[in-house]
Amino acid sequence: MNITKGQVLLYGGILTAAIAAPLVFPNYTFQFTVLWVMILLALTWDVLGGQMGYNSLGNIFFFGAGMYVCTIVQIGLYYDVAAYTSAYGAVKVEFTAEQYFTGLTLGLIAAALASVVFAVVFGWVVFGLRGPYFAIGTLGVALSAGELAGAWEYIGGGGGIALPTYPGEPDERSLFFYILCSLLAVATFFTLKKVYSGRFGLAINAIRDDEEKAEGMGIHTKRYKTIGWSISAFFLGISGGLFGNMIGFIEPLEVAFPTVTFGIFMVVMCLLGGKGTLWGPVVGATLFHAFKEITWTYMLGWQWVALGTLIIVLVVFFQQGIVGWVQEKWPERFGISVDDRVVAVSKPEVRANPESHEAAQ
Amino acid sequence: MTELIEVHGVSKAFGGVIANNDISLVVPEGRITGLIGPNGSGKTTLFNSIVGYHPIDGGSITFEGQEISDMRVQQIARLGLLRTFQQTRIYSKMNCVENMLISVPHRHETYSTLFRKYGPDVTEKAEHLLEFVGLYQKRHLISGDLSFGQQKLLEFAMALMNAPRDLLLDEPTAGINPTLINGLIDRLRRATAEMGITLFVIEHNMPVIMGLADNIYCLANGRVLAHGLPDEIQNDERVINAYLGAH
Repeated sequence: MNITKGQVLLYGGILTAAIAAPLVFPNYTFQFTVLWVMILLALTWDVLGGQMGYNSLGNIFFFGAGMYVCTIVQIGLYYDVAAYTSAYGAVKVEFTAEQYFTGLTLGLIAAALASVVFAVVFGWVVFGLRGPYFAIGTLGVALSAGELAGAWEYIGGGGGIALPTYPGEPDERSLFFYILCSLLAVATFFTLKKVYSGRFGLAINAIRDDEEKAEGMGIHTKRYKTIGWSISAFFLGISGGLFGNMIGFIEPLEVAFPTVTFGIFMVVMCLLGGKGTLWGPVVGATLFHAFKEITWTYMLGWQWVALGTLIIVLVVFFQQGIVGWVQEKWPERFGISVDDRVVAVSKPEVRANPESHEAAQ
Repeated sequence: MTELIEVHGVSKAFGGVIANNDISLVVPEGRITGLIGPNGSGKTTLFNSIVGYHPIDGGSITFEGQEISDMRVQQIARLGLLRTFQQTRIYSKMNCVENMLISVPHRHETYSTLFRKYGPDVTEKAEHLLEFVGLYQKRHLISGDLSFGQQKLLEFAMALMNAPRDLLLDEPTAGINPTLINGLIDRLRRATAEMGITLFVIEHNMPVIMGLADNIYCLANGRVLAHGLPDEIQNDERVINAYLGAH
């Protein structure tokens, strides 16, 4: 693998910023943590929405499902869940440090696995839908999940559940979740970078460009679609579990299945940064989070108007997003150029010729 | 000489329109078979029926002796029976090399190979095939930015990359400029002669199909009107009448 100077600077810069941010601005650790979660939401949305051309409005379902599964495991390991949720407020329940960390670890694993199972099951149903019908179908899944959770008393219903409290100082707590969320987002990024570079990436791009053609060429389209959604669900499930614990209290509509906030934000972030690109969601999430915090702070009351305006401008004038625009502007920097050589140079006996491996990168 | 595809008594209707009516024909292995007929005579419908694009109303279709009329498109494609489209279809936001790489045969794809990268030998094969159709220089360009004719050549190269046993081509020369057509005909012949790919070709350009095909079927009004060597078809009264709209 060739690592260029630019890549060293880029990854080094991000690493430095990631470590420095909570140390230099400790008051904003929570905001930085949310930023990592936003990056993760955008990255996982882009697997289907950008790379595969399936605009899902229901990805937030896995976030909420992961959150609830994680919570139930954390509590259920040591208490009766129904008694815990109904007694909320009346009894103060304590978790020891060991119980807390064991519960969190097992809860996150369960959240990841459950989300993958949900993705396979729902994928089996909704992947029969195409285009806008897929968007509406997935939206329906997320909305009904929120309503169902709200009606299910066992898991706290609309009243929600308080999570086990972190056994430590508040500052230590926020740093703990900052580290976990940043590591998870970075893991998501590199996992996607890896899978996009192989045949999985090409296959889902092919499905995006012309699914009928892909079927006609014998590609296992259903398999790729299901796996793509499962990868998203895996990371979304864990992030939901972490996010619930970071907030400390979860309820169905605002925290677990926030369809009209996080559910839409993940789409807008990808559009802003450039959907269908590896870096687009990262750039988009970062800028969007800044935009959102600024408008929510300085334009309170008008923040939704500002957000709506941003969405309209993006959809009408700037569909390719920032990274997409850069790619259009300087195509040759992305290897999109005419090769002057007329014939393929790579014959078996001249395999050692480094030129011939260019396209394999 | 063995029959690669055998179509027996195939019918297909859309609402009240009978597109294919009791069609029987064979595509012999290692040859180029032509399919001609006026617009609306059911040629593309027959192609769609063969590759499993829609269920047929009656009859049987076998590929290498295996009944395929109840299989789905992907299964048939993985057997090595592939088609190209009349309106060229490529993956328009990917570059030519990527278009080629994802067109490898998917016969032996398993869950463990889904995330693998392609080896240098696959890239090499892709580049040689792109060179074969004259797109080597443009291989890193986004395929949707190529001209229509070039996209058509790319689609042909993608089909070759899949190493099919049989390739159904729906009007391969439509929209290609006359000077390129000769080059394309030569490549079609080489695909059969050198790569052993049986071809079944729909074509409206009479000089092209007469020069290319070993034998030709002519459809009219959803039925097989005539079958024979190019010379026989060319002089067949019924074929001439069908094309001139005598009935």
